[in-house]
Amino acid sequence: MASFFKVHHRVHIFALLILTVSTLTLGGCGSHESNVERGNSEKILYWGNGTEPQELDPHITTGVPEANIQFALFEGLVTQAPKTLDPLPGMAESWSVSDDGKVYTFKIRKNARWSNGDPLTADDFAWSLWRAMHPKLGNQYSYMYYPIKNAQEFSEGTIKDFSEVGVSATDGNTLVIELDNATPYFLGLLAHHSYYPVHRSTIEAFGEPWERGTQWTRPGNMVTNGPFRLADWKLFKHISVRKNPYYYDTDKVALNGIQFIPTENITTEERMFRAGQLHVTNELPQDKIQYYRDNYPDQLMNKPYLGTYFYRINTRGTTNKALSDQRVRHAISMAINRDQITKKITKGGETSSYTLTPPGTAGYTTTSPLEYNPERARELLTEAGYPDGNGLPEIELLYNSSESHRKIAVGVQQMLKKELNIDVRLRNEDWKVYLASENAGKYQMSRASWIGDYLDPNTFLDLWITGGGNNRTGWSNKEFDSLILDQAPAAQTQEERFALMKKAEAILLNELPVIPIYTYSTKYLVHPSVKGLDANLLDNPLFKYMSLEDTE
Amino acid sequence: MLRFTLTRLLQAIPVLLAVVTITFFLVRAAPGDPLSSDKSMPPSVLRALEAQYNLDQPMWQQFTGYVGNLLQGDFGPSFKYPGRSVNELIAAGLPTTAELGLYAMLVAILIGISAGVFAALRPNTAQDYIPMSAAMLGICMPSFLLGPLLVLVFGLWLDWLPISGWGDTPGDKILPAITLGAAYAAYVARLSRGGMLEVMSQDYIRTARAKGLPQWVIVIKHGLRGGLIPVVAFLGPAFAGLLSGSFVVETIFQIPGMGRLYVQGAFNRDYTLIMGTTVLFATLIILFNLLSDLLSVWLNPKLRQQYQGSK
Repeated sequence: MASFFKVHHRVHIFALLILTVSTLTLGGCGSHESNVERGNSEKILYWGNGTEPQELDPHITTGVPEANIQFALFEGLVTQAPKTLDPLPGMAESWSVSDDGKVYTFKIRKNARWSNGDPLTADDFAWSLWRAMHPKLGNQYSYMYYPIKNAQEFSEGTIKDFSEVGVSATDGNTLVIELDNATPYFLGLLAHHSYYPVHRSTIEAFGEPWERGTQWTRPGNMVTNGPFRLADWKLFKHISVRKNPYYYDTDKVALNGIQFIPTENITTEERMFRAGQLHVTNELPQDKIQYYRDNYPDQLMNKPYLGTYFYRINTRGTTNKALSDQRVRHAISMAINRDQITKKITKGGETSSYTLTPPGTAGYTTTSPLEYNPERARELLTEAGYPDGNGLPEIELLYNSSESHRKIAVGVQQMLKKELNIDVRLRNEDWKVYLASENAGKYQMSRASWIGDYLDPNTFLDLWITGGGNNRTGWSNKEFDSLILDQAPAAQTQEERFALMKKAEAILLNELPVIPIYTYSTKYLVHPSVKGLDANLLDNPLFKYMSLEDTE
Repeated sequence: MLRFTLTRLLQAIPVLLAVVTITFFLVRAAPGDPLSSDKSMPPSVLRALEAQYNLDQPMWQQFTGYVGNLLQGDFGPSFKYPGRSVNELIAAGLPTTAELGLYAMLVAILIGISAGVFAALRPNTAQDYIPMSAAMLGICMPSFLLGPLLVLVFGLWLDWLPISGWGDTPGDKILPAITLGAAYAAYVARLSRGGMLEVMSQDYIRTARAKGLPQWVIVIKHGLRGGLIPVVAFLGPAFAGLLSGSFVVETIFQIPGMGRLYVQGAFNRDYTLIMGTTVLFATLIILFNLLSDLLSVWLNPKLRQQYQGSK
């Protein structure tokens, strides 16, 4: 009996295990068509979108994942050429600019429609801008409207009457926007989500116009005007958009829809791509870049991106007196071997940066006094009273917790020790703590980055005006402020304006409250079946021009 | 028994109140705030946002307001996801997490109890050492290693199973359930082995043997009931833990559950989301501890007698 039991029991256990595994495994069998295969046949693009979008309201959101979805759902007065980002007619079929560059008159398409079939008029744009600037809404992109006459005053609540703002619908299809100054990049701003129109009656049906986060952006409620419209939103699972039949150019839209998948983890995302779950990833793990470069170069999107990685320096002298001396700051900059950082540490196609504005931003390229020159760095340090680093207090380098930032910080730490005999202490903090430290000036040197909002050097240079919220270095220069705030906006030509910008950037690079390290590059994967996904400096996904072709 | 249950439920009220109070003030004492971002915002915008979330009110007023809403079952609006209430976020994540937890628990119970009982029947032999070594390996192997390993083998190499997602295909629940259940299975195996070893040496088992009952009847009918008491005691809090979600497993397999919500809430300083998930988790722990205690009482005649006051 005992031996019977032994056999019986083993069989029992084994049978249980087999049963469990086989039941589960059988459940897994069946249709094993991948998303990519299914998507190619149905013309549905599977898009890795980074994180779950916070919201879809274009006047509230600030992140890239949200902007990606909004590119599909909305369209502004102008749209952009896929590669060059040159302004193209969008909801406005044409526009004219006054001789002084201050008044833009847009003609709205007569066949412009909302996704529910309602006609889209100039009034819709005027109302949308009123709502977007409304002080109660809390639009974090309110600075995007500042070129418009009195927009800043209205959004800050100092002007209550919107009729004083330079926005007016003169008739059903004519919108006039008046600016404070000629703003050459203004058309580029209009393609940004903060300028998208929103459907008035839908918003008013779900609350006050300035109420954040009402139900108007839910499937079934949301009315938009772009090439696609919202079909489904499953929290943390996917957002589905489908072709909008009322879009004026719907016949030219090749995709039937897009599935935006929130892919929080880049390692998981890369595996999903390999398993055919995604057409496009949001990112690519650093350690996989070389593998794809070597084996699947046609699937790797690795192009310049309008962003700069830099180190902020607290110039106030309150946390480290030595850093208030620009000679010390230049010595640090000269001791940092940027090529080594981009080739040995980041390895993602980034380029060493010696200016804050990425070269070639809308045709703007400036010269830089910065260079890698340890010899000169040592001389500068001696001039500043710290020969061979003697007497220079230990510098603390702050970065937000991330493996890639840590590696760069360790690299810089070693470079400064080796070349200048400066001791660097690393301090990492989680994102929110790091932001609090930076904002409160409780740092000496900190890792930072800036991605351009629009294609113009101004997006990188106006950060550094005195007391600007993004400055955080304590640095202040009256001439710089005047160049950025007064002189450049008043310039008559783009050449003149760029010359003033270069002057401003020269001041910035001479006094060096920030040390540019490298210019970003895009790093993500694209399945060969995806066509029309062109690289552009802002990495804007222009879904209207994308299509899917079977690669079998 | 009813009195015992009611007493325990009444005891839970001050515990939950303490959890709410401590978490509320701890979260606000932490550096960083929910509205900060790398892009600075104009002061007028910041003021508008603070007013919207009542952050412009004194702390005590914020607290009493929060507790008042909580008593009505309202966890408040999320900071990170404007327009989403915390209730809505939890409602979206909890069913998925519960389902995953259930499957993981099933894996844990099936494999763990089978292995534990199997090992206990012939202690200190190969039949004992092999499953117990495997259990030790299961305890030691973290899910962030096991998960990708399973994905690599069954998903990418063999192409048998989906490697991510939840509810899209029937098979996409298998690998996450095994990954999450493996460590629990290992614990259950060790606990059930210990419990069974103790029970199998009891007098009443010897009596059952003397009566000539077959071994499988002795094990299943007489042994398991007493031998599984430690497992039952473990399963309550374990299941509560499973229901709080597993950040690692949910991240590896792209599962829209509570674990990621909980961790992201903390990283984003999403006050209301942290509060909501913490209160929920505390409630689950209290409930499942109570359930496992009730089950232990039901399984243990001595305790049953004590609470019922009769044989």
